[in-house]
Amino acid sequence: MNFNRRNFLKTSGAAVAGTMILPPFVHSCSNQQISTDVKNYLDHFEISTGTLSRVISEAMSKGGDYADLFFEHKIANNIGLQDGKVNSASSNIDYGVGIRVLKGDQTGFAYSESLEMESMLNAAKLAASIASNPGTFNNQVFNEKLPADYYSIKTSWEDVSVKDKVPFVQKLNDRIFSLDDKVIKVNAILNDETSYVLFYNSEGRLSYDYRPLTSFVAVCIMQKGKQIENSYSSRSYRKGFEWLSDELVNELAQEVVDKTNMLFEATKPRAGELPVVLGAGGSGILLHEAIGHAFEADFNRKETSIFSDKMGKKIAESFINIIEDGTLPNNRGSLNIDDEGNDVRKIYLVKDGILNSYIHDRISSKHYGVEPTGNGRRQSFRHIPLPRMRSTYMEPGPHTREDIIAEVDYGVYVDNFSNGQVKIGAGDFTFFVKSGYLVEKGKLTQPIKDINIIGNGPQALADIVMAADDYKTDNGTWTCGKGGQSVPVTMGLPTVLVKKLTVGGMNA
Amino acid sequence: MTKEDKYTLARWAVDHALESGAQQVKAIITDSQNNSISVREEKIENLEQSIENGLTIFLYVEKKYSVHSTNRLDNKEELTRFIDEAIEGTRYLAEDEYRSLPEPDLYYKGGGPDLKTFDDAYKSVDPQVKIDSAFAIEKEALGKDERIISVTASYNDGMAGSVMVTSNGFEGDMSNTYYSLSASVSVKQGDARPSDSWHESALFYDKLKSQGIGKTAMEKALKKLGQAKIESANMPMILENRLAGQSLGPLIQALNGSSIQQKNSFLIDMLGEKVGSDKLTLIDDPFIVSGRGSRLFDNEGLALQKRTIFDKGVLKAYYIDTYYGKKLGMAPNSGSTTNLVFGKGDKNLEEMIASLDKGVLVTGFNGGNSNGSTGDFSYGIEGFLIEQGKIVKPVSEMNITGNLLHLYKNLAEVGNDVYEDTAWRLPSLLFNNVAFSGI
Repeated sequence: MNFNRRNFLKTSGAAVAGTMILPPFVHSCSNQQISTDVKNYLDHFEISTGTLSRVISEAMSKGGDYADLFFEHKIANNIGLQDGKVNSASSNIDYGVGIRVLKGDQTGFAYSESLEMESMLNAAKLAASIASNPGTFNNQVFNEKLPADYYSIKTSWEDVSVKDKVPFVQKLNDRIFSLDDKVIKVNAILNDETSYVLFYNSEGRLSYDYRPLTSFVAVCIMQKGKQIENSYSSRSYRKGFEWLSDELVNELAQEVVDKTNMLFEATKPRAGELPVVLGAGGSGILLHEAIGHAFEADFNRKETSIFSDKMGKKIAESFINIIEDGTLPNNRGSLNIDDEGNDVRKIYLVKDGILNSYIHDRISSKHYGVEPTGNGRRQSFRHIPLPRMRSTYMEPGPHTREDIIAEVDYGVYVDNFSNGQVKIGAGDFTFFVKSGYLVEKGKLTQPIKDINIIGNGPQALADIVMAADDYKTDNGTWTCGKGGQSVPVTMGLPTVLVKKLTVGGMNA
Repeated sequence: MTKEDKYTLARWAVDHALESGAQQVKAIITDSQNNSISVREEKIENLEQSIENGLTIFLYVEKKYSVHSTNRLDNKEELTRFIDEAIEGTRYLAEDEYRSLPEPDLYYKGGGPDLKTFDDAYKSVDPQVKIDSAFAIEKEALGKDERIISVTASYNDGMAGSVMVTSNGFEGDMSNTYYSLSASVSVKQGDARPSDSWHESALFYDKLKSQGIGKTAMEKALKKLGQAKIESANMPMILENRLAGQSLGPLIQALNGSSIQQKNSFLIDMLGEKVGSDKLTLIDDPFIVSGRGSRLFDNEGLALQKRTIFDKGVLKAYYIDTYYGKKLGMAPNSGSTTNLVFGKGDKNLEEMIASLDKGVLVTGFNGGNSNGSTGDFSYGIEGFLIEQGKIVKPVSEMNITGNLLHLYKNLAEVGNDVYEDTAWRLPSLLFNNVAFSGI
């Protein structure tokens, strides 16, 4: 049975009912019509439309320009395998409302873990104090905004128990051990997360979202003689329990064994500036670090980004199109509404080599006078929204992978990464390569491992001289951090050639 | 919540879990408050307050183990269901004979010194004074140089408290306060817009330094103008005290019981071996008065002791908790660090710089990582080129690459400039023969 988004809440509500205590009366504001969908969310949080109006009025009571309420209920589960058995589990429940008030580009913010009126009003008062002139505020007519439907699922994680999940984690372990005698340890982790979000703002916008998120990770440790090496593989989606399958298990197992195996023969390249071939997929980390963060409009509004004065200018070869997208089906970075209640859009950051758009939240889209792009995101109700990436990728280019590798006399080919970072103003970005290959005289030769690559954003972008037609999305467990907040993202790239980047390695 | 409220709730959770079928239980109740004010362009940019609480319960059910947490503490009925469902889910896991609470003999039994981590003045600091102190820091930099493009200053404070109760006899609580002031300054020359920041922090309000933060951030940012990479070479590296923890982190990670038992450590079977130079001496001291990592018991309730981790390069101790201790057949000695105190040298940073013919002073990291199994590392860095004992120019967009064992065998000099406002109290460190990659 395939539940769609709107009847989902009701259906899973049956399972949830056991964990919900309904107040003796749930009253809705009688003179305004609200849909059953919204009613379900209000009931879930045990509040009424009257509560929304009362709290938003308090938030606006000091003369703020704008206020919003972000209710969130998140249920996260995790089961783990170590030393051959699925022998640990954990869960976390997080619940509350974040209350934000804006006055110009100033922000007042507080949250409450209790949805008792008194507690919410106290938080609203604190947030309101960013403004200081008592104003008049009239509650707006409820303007219901139906969320998009980018991640429909079949079986909710709330409807399955530890018992249903254990066999897949066990199979992953067994499969990895069966593939190679050198395997000495396996760690496997299966996470699932379900979030209920209800959003309301002082303009009357009322929306909601149901957000599933799951990830499956394998870590493999192998020994050959005295040498020990490790690697990992992962997948993550906004999907339901139906996602787990033997095919997925086999894919993760094969990948982690292959990735670990190649490390035994791996070396380090020559240190210094080298041509770098970025393999299709995870190499999208280049876009995320080298330009994505620097395109986030909060930095540009404050003129602290190296791209602050580059809008409308040519910054890359004409065949380069870079996209920021929150609408990919079941993608880890996708959202039906962003965390400011806005529609989520697909935008071109770079179109035909020209800087086309920054990444906006509400404050920056007002500042620049543009439509919100749906990039206002927050880690949870405890955090203020910021302009954040979702899925960042490059469209296919005119070359082929073979052409690109053939171009390189001595350089590196990299396609497996663990992390990256960027300094927004200086423009220096890095990514850490878990494994790749040397490229010598146009051919992939010896494996390489554990090297950092560093470059400068605008220069690296201008230095992308070739892009292939083999685009791939990386659906690993990428988590992006900014200002102390983590959000799930993805990325993708076709094979590209960057003329030169500084590669960590050995000096002769 | 008062401390007594927390104890009451923790004891109730333990009792309820035992009644519902758990054989052993540990419950931790936490609560915390944080305030944050940031100012920019002589206006408040963000004003944030958070108040939160939570229950975490560790369940040992028929030799099976799980951990669960929630912040919905208002409703007992709901908490009851939460614990019951958690116990039910635990039954579906595989047995793990090594899981249990610690032996009660090893628990902290009270009577320890007052480590002075909580400032009773916390609630009495005037909110306006907090805001004013952020504005004062901003003023130190704002408009002071025409190359400045943005100044942000912030004030943060908070308090946190926790109680822990186990079903085999441990009860204990901890609390702390903190205050911090920081500034971040961006400057521009040509296309590049480097930024830098500075912060001061304290556990007690009257110890918080409030002068010079904006000015220091500005000076650090201005010094970066003209940053460029230099030629790849093997050179000595001085690591500034506030950053030294980055080079120590992977070493400590490799000493962890889980890393050793999971064969994800380059220090397996190295106890008693010389793994670093004579300059590598490191003490774990839980009892420093007002130390950032000071505590009387660890997160299992184990009584803590001052211990030597490295003595003149010789590895003296691993970090072993109860679970991995059993798996490894080693005695548990607490699986986490408290205050880490590095041996102190006799040169200050200036003297260390003056001692180099050619080298790099590293003042910032940019990404990178290390391999837990092998100790191989590669990190992005920025800093300054040193020639003939003097800083000659700012460098950036470079990597350092090598192996941690090799790095610490080449630890040549330890500064006397220990930075004490963090749990890991490290001086500036001078390493010989580090591979830098640049042009």
